[in-house]
This record gives sequence, structure tokens and C-alpha cells, in this order.
Amino acid sequence: MRNANKGNLPALIFLFALLFLWQLGAMEVNAAYILPTPLQILQRLWELRGPLFTVHLPATMAVTGIGLLISIGLGLLLAVSMDWSPLLQKCLYPVVVASQTIPTTAIAPLFVLWFGYGIWSKVLVTVLITFFPITITVYDGFRAAKLEMAELLLTYGASKRDIFLKIKVPCALPYFFSAIKMAIPMSIIGAAIGEWLGSQSGLGYFSRRMMTQLDGAGVFAPIVLLSAVAMLVVALVGLLENKAVKWRGES
Amino acid sequence: MSILEFEHVSYQYPGEGFDIIDDLSFSVEPGSFHCIIGVSGCGKSTIFRMTNGLLQPKSGVIRVGGKAIGEQKHYCGYMPQKDLLFPWRTVGENLALPLEIMGGHSKAERRELIDAALADVGLAGCRDKMPEELSGGMRQRAAFARTMLTGSDLLLLDEPFSALDFLTRISMQEWLLAQWEKHKKTILFITHDVEEAIFLSGSVLAVTETPIHTLAEIPVPAAYPRTRACLTRPDMVALREDLIGVLRRQVQS
Repeated sequence: MRNANKGNLPALIFLFALLFLWQLGAMEVNAAYILPTPLQILQRLWELRGPLFTVHLPATMAVTGIGLLISIGLGLLLAVSMDWSPLLQKCLYPVVVASQTIPTTAIAPLFVLWFGYGIWSKVLVTVLITFFPITITVYDGFRAAKLEMAELLLTYGASKRDIFLKIKVPCALPYFFSAIKMAIPMSIIGAAIGEWLGSQSGLGYFSRRMMTQLDGAGVFAPIVLLSAVAMLVVALVGLLENKAVKWRGES
Repeated sequence: MSILEFEHVSYQYPGEGFDIIDDLSFSVEPGSFHCIIGVSGCGKSTIFRMTNGLLQPKSGVIRVGGKAIGEQKHYCGYMPQKDLLFPWRTVGENLALPLEIMGGHSKAERRELIDAALADVGLAGCRDKMPEELSGGMRQRAAFARTMLTGSDLLLLDEPFSALDFLTRISMQEWLLAQWEKHKKTILFITHDVEEAIFLSGSVLAVTETPIHTLAEIPVPAAYPRTRACLTRPDMVALREDLIGVLRRQVQS
């Protein structure tokens, strides 16, 4: 833990140096409607705290949360099915990959037509973006299980289910956590894109409204908020991971 | 009656044009210790993998305890070259694997069996350690304890010590002989180390050609219990040189 903290000071200095450069550059350009300074953004965040924290943040978090849960469920289901049956793997894998070639932003307006302006069109965008890394990463985790270990259990008379529960699940667990950490920012992006395209609330919607008012700092304020939330949730998952996965990267 | 019997067994790997095991018959007496010795890739591991059921012979019958292996379960304990301790399980949980899979034990019974097995291999107190905390020799002993917990009288050990350093290896050999004398199991032990083979075996089963038609049974003159001192006796030295000669002919041909 002490070692982990050691690198924090240089990292913080680096971050502040970047922000400082941004501040200087933006002050030089002096056009807050296209390039606000970090201080202006913070100031705007503070001014807009009422609607941002009470209306739009909860709306986005609801979409993100529901979308992430569905993605985890769907991703795990697909990964398990593909691992269980080579036939299903052959059928599903190309479809899963093809789903990622859909230009989501282009097709999302259709979702709004299908599901309306409510929460579900945004959840669909989120799921479409998020389930993919979960599926592929967890599936890879199952495949990383060593054949020799499975053979050893077979000599004890193990069933396919034994091998799945005693080897594949523990092998896939670190992969699962990596997948979740990837999926969290992606689900937030998905929710924001969904809101950007058609919504009455949410941080993506809010950012767009500020855009139409040429309020540069107002565009950035919800984005800063989204990043902060993503970092916070990923850090929480990291803590959970340290508790759940006691081993890693051993022969 | 022999505990293990191969009767006209053949095996062909998919994609290969010949039988690597060709009409092989041999048998093993209960309570004996045999090393199967042969050059790398000669097919000696294939004999094990057919015995433990991971591979199906193309023809012929394999019997353990007089019954064909297809009709029974849990008839042999198999220990591969790598210790294959699951890194996410503690040592105790690793030993629990065969018991969990075979079923029929309560948690308390399992715990008792595991503690006894760990004490038996000199790892008392290591139950809650993770495998990565153990040295190479300790890991092999834990893997051996896990193999013992299958409860089988026939143990198939496939080059279990080949990854260990020399000093650890020779002390593990002495330790294994002591375990064998104590538990009266039948042990088949694959190795390509001639000295290891003659130190451990009652008689050596040598693979003299590939494909394998027969195993040449070569008795070792020293009596049990043995110490490493017996390896310097003239008849043992002569046997070692003989065996090395047999193996080298194959490598050259």
C-alpha cells in the first residue's frame, strides 16, 4: 500500500502541470465559448450545482446503472454459452463482433423512435456499447483456464460442471474485474451519447443544451462530473477486486 | 494377481500414421515400485494417459485390480510433472479437490483427512498457506498428498521431480521411497533420469524402441530399504551404464 502511494505525488504534480498549461493556453486564446479554462469550468460547475446534482446526475446514473447491470448479465450469459458449446460459440461470436460495427450514434435516433424519449432508448445504447468488452474479456478468461488442470480433475472423475466451477470461474475472475473496470466508463459514455441524441434530462442532454447556448464552460462542467464519477466507481471496483482476487499472474 | 494389466493395447495419435503403442502387454504386481524409463517423446506418458482414462486405446484391454478400467472410477491416482496446485486455493483447499469431486465426505471429515495427509508428508501447519508460499519440494509433496487422497492403491507419477534442483530431487526420492514403504501402494513412476530410475525401482521397465511393443523388465539388484550408498556398488554402476547405453542407441538411431 505504501508503495502504491509513493507514485501519487509525481502523478498529482503531472496532473496539475497539465491543468496549468490548459489554463494558460485557454487564457491566451481568450474565447470561453469554445475553450474555457479549468477554473471557469469549476466555477460553472459550482453555479450549476443545483440542477446538475439533483436532476441530471441521478438521471444519467440511472441509465448507466441499469445499462451496466444488463450488460453484465448479457455479457456473462454470452461468455458462458460460448464457452459451454463450440456450436454456440460459432453462432454467437460473429454476431457479437458484428454488433460492434454498428455506428451507435448514427442508429441511436432510431432507438428513440422505437422506445420513445424515456429511459429505455438510452439503456439500449449503453448496453450496445458495454456488453461487448464484458463478453469478450470473460470468454477469454474462461479460455485461459489450463487444460492440464482440467485433465487432473478428470482423473478424479470430475464432470464438466466441476471443471467449470472449480477451474474456469476462478480463472475468469480477474478477467471479469478487468471487464467491469473497462465497462464502467463505457457505460457512462453510452448513457451520455443516448441522452445527447434525445432526452429531457441527464448530463449528456445538459451538455448539449449548454452547447446551443454557446456556454463552453457549461458544456464541460457535466463532462468533468462524469469523469469524476467514472474514476470514483472504478476505484471502488478496484477495492472490491483486491478483496476478491487474492492471486494473480502466477504460473 | 496383478494390479495393473495391459493386454494387446495399441494407441494411435490422431493425425499420425503409426501406432505409438503397438500391441503392448505387461503387468504390474501389487505393492511394487517400477520406473518406466525412456527417451523424450517415446510414448511413455501415453501409457499413463491411457491408464488414467484421459486417452482411449485404439484396441486392447487395460485392467486395474482385475477389472477393465471402463467399468470403474477412482482406481488410480495420477500426478503430472507440474504440481498443478491451483493458485487461488490454499494448500488445504487444493488437497480437498479429489475429495470434493468424489463426494461422500462431510466438511469435518474432509478436514481431518487433509490434516492427516499434510502431517504425513511433513507439511503440518501449511493448510492455510497459499501454494506460492511453498518451495518447489514442498509443492511436490503437497501434490503427492493430494494424489494420495484419491485413495487409490495404484499411483501413476509422471516425472514428478524433473523440475526440481538436484539436491531437492534426491531428498524427494528418499522421501518417496519412505512413503511407499509406509503406505504399501503400487507406484509407477515415469522418468528419463537413469539414476533416479535405478534408485527407486524394484525393477526398471525400459522403453527400448518407438513404437512401443514391449517394456523390457530389468531387475535392480539392491534390496529395500535403500540409501544412496547403494548407487556406488559395482553391480548398480554396471546396470546404470547398461541402461544409459540402451537409451543412447535410441537417440542415435
